[in-house]
Amino acid sequence: MTGINDNEAVDDLWDALDGTPGRPWLDDAVASVRKEPASIARHFPAAGRHTGRETLPAEPGWTADQAARAVLLDALLATPGGPDQVAELYRYGDSREKLAMLTAFSILPEAPDEQVVPILRDALRTNDTRLVAAALGPVADRLDDDAWRQGVLKCVFMGVPLAGIHGLHDRGDDGLALMLAGLAEERAAAGRDFPEDAAALLTDLRRDDRAGTGQERDAAPRPGDAG
Amino acid sequence: MRIFDPHIHMTSRTTDDYAAMAAAGVKAVVEPAFWLGQPRTGPGSFADYFDSLVGWEPYRAAQFGIAHHATIALNPKEANDPRCRAVLDLVPRYLAKDGVVAVGEIGYDSMTPEEDEAFTRQLAMAVEFGLPALVHTPHRDKARGTARSLDVVRESGIAPERVVIDHLNEVTVKQVKDAGCWAGFSIYPDTKMSPPRMVEILKDYGPERVLVNSAADWGKSDPLLTVRTAEAMREAGFTDDDVDLVLWRNPVAFYGQSGRLNLEDRQSAEGTFEGSSILRGGS
Ligand SMILES: [Zn+2]
Repeated sequence: MTGINDNEAVDDLWDALDGTPGRPWLDDAVASVRKEPASIARHFPAAGRHTGRETLPAEPGWTADQAARAVLLDALLATPGGPDQVAELYRYGDSREKLAMLTAFSILPEAPDEQVVPILRDALRTNDTRLVAAALGPVADRLDDDAWRQGVLKCVFMGVPLAGIHGLHDRGDDGLALMLAGLAEERAAAGRDFPEDAAALLTDLRRDDRAGTGQERDAAPRPGDAG
Repeated sequence: MRIFDPHIHMTSRTTDDYAAMAAAGVKAVVEPAFWLGQPRTGPGSFADYFDSLVGWEPYRAAQFGIAHHATIALNPKEANDPRCRAVLDLVPRYLAKDGVVAVGEIGYDSMTPEEDEAFTRQLAMAVEFGLPALVHTPHRDKARGTARSLDVVRESGIAPERVVIDHLNEVTVKQVKDAGCWAGFSIYPDTKMSPPRMVEILKDYGPERVLVNSAADWGKSDPLLTVRTAEAMREAGFTDDDVDLVLWRNPVAFYGQSGRLNLEDRQSAEGTFEGSSILRGGS
């Protein structure tokens, strides 16, 4: 069976779910969503109870329930009016559903920015480290630089490992370096540790000496301007 | 000793409470949706509250190694406010969630027609979603309120063993046991029910089909009264196995009827305490 949006990543998840105990349920649920998009409100929260929550051997980045939810979301997006229901699905999701959506957006470019970006901002406002980290996965390409920098800084503040942040060293700029330096200074003044990965990032951003690029990007203040 | 508090409103409690509960052996809780002291005036306020019961609060509990599940319903007191009636349309959306193990708290506060309607409709939802039901009994006019609750439960067609009638006392326990429902007892600092009285009831009626909870909330209450009851049981000669039955295996059996009680994976599902099972240790 193939995804209906001709999405290879979704096809791979279908294949990875082949032969798992929840697969017949998923086939029925997808058929139901195609026929009656609103029925996703019942199927989406139930996924884990049918598919289990184990990591998929063929797709180690995905658990079975997350993969099933990505497939359901893909089916919803292909229905008339389906894309407009994404925000509401997220709004009524429990933490695991929200996490699954944030992960799935990375492989679902057809999910419209008008729906996805407010969801990412919502996730970044929470105190749930899982949601904050997930909003800074590959899907974070949709965030503007200000929101992205604040998200990275929040991860440092909350002790979320930075290794999971997508494109950190490529996207990190002088503006981020300035914010990190400020937090490092506060932590030092309080006699508290500054996370090693954040210190390494700061060193790296400063060493890069991005003179020029920082200004071209968005005129973010540079470390030297703090003076 | 492992303790499962089957009825506690952690939303109203501090992290100090979580720490003290974890240190005393509380490893699992169920938080029923109820009122918050300040009356709410519309469905949006309930939606945010329900979100917290399936989102933030389980996450907070997991920081202390405590598995958190919830029950969802429009409570009887607020069912009387016409502005909150639309909450009944919102409830099914939350009954579909993994962390929701029963419909509740439903039942009576003042036994009005509005309460009748909310009670009946939500018992039907429990049947539809295959969930147990948690029935609150009124603090005033309790004996008649309990009898009437049992009538409504009987008429709903839900199996009596899937229903707990809560906040019982010496006067109301017998009719609930006779009806085949689970008997719930809320242990409070000075009113309603105390650990020594609870022990006497356990002597009279036995430890089967009984749930003991702290019902701790924003009022004067104590989240460790489950632990105090376990200690009182031991002092009165109950075995460790009896204590484990009342304070762990009974709530597991009752809420386990939902098919959603997840004590093994719960903490890793919440992203913390990986590799440690809350089922280990204890008795
Ligand atoms: Zn209560």
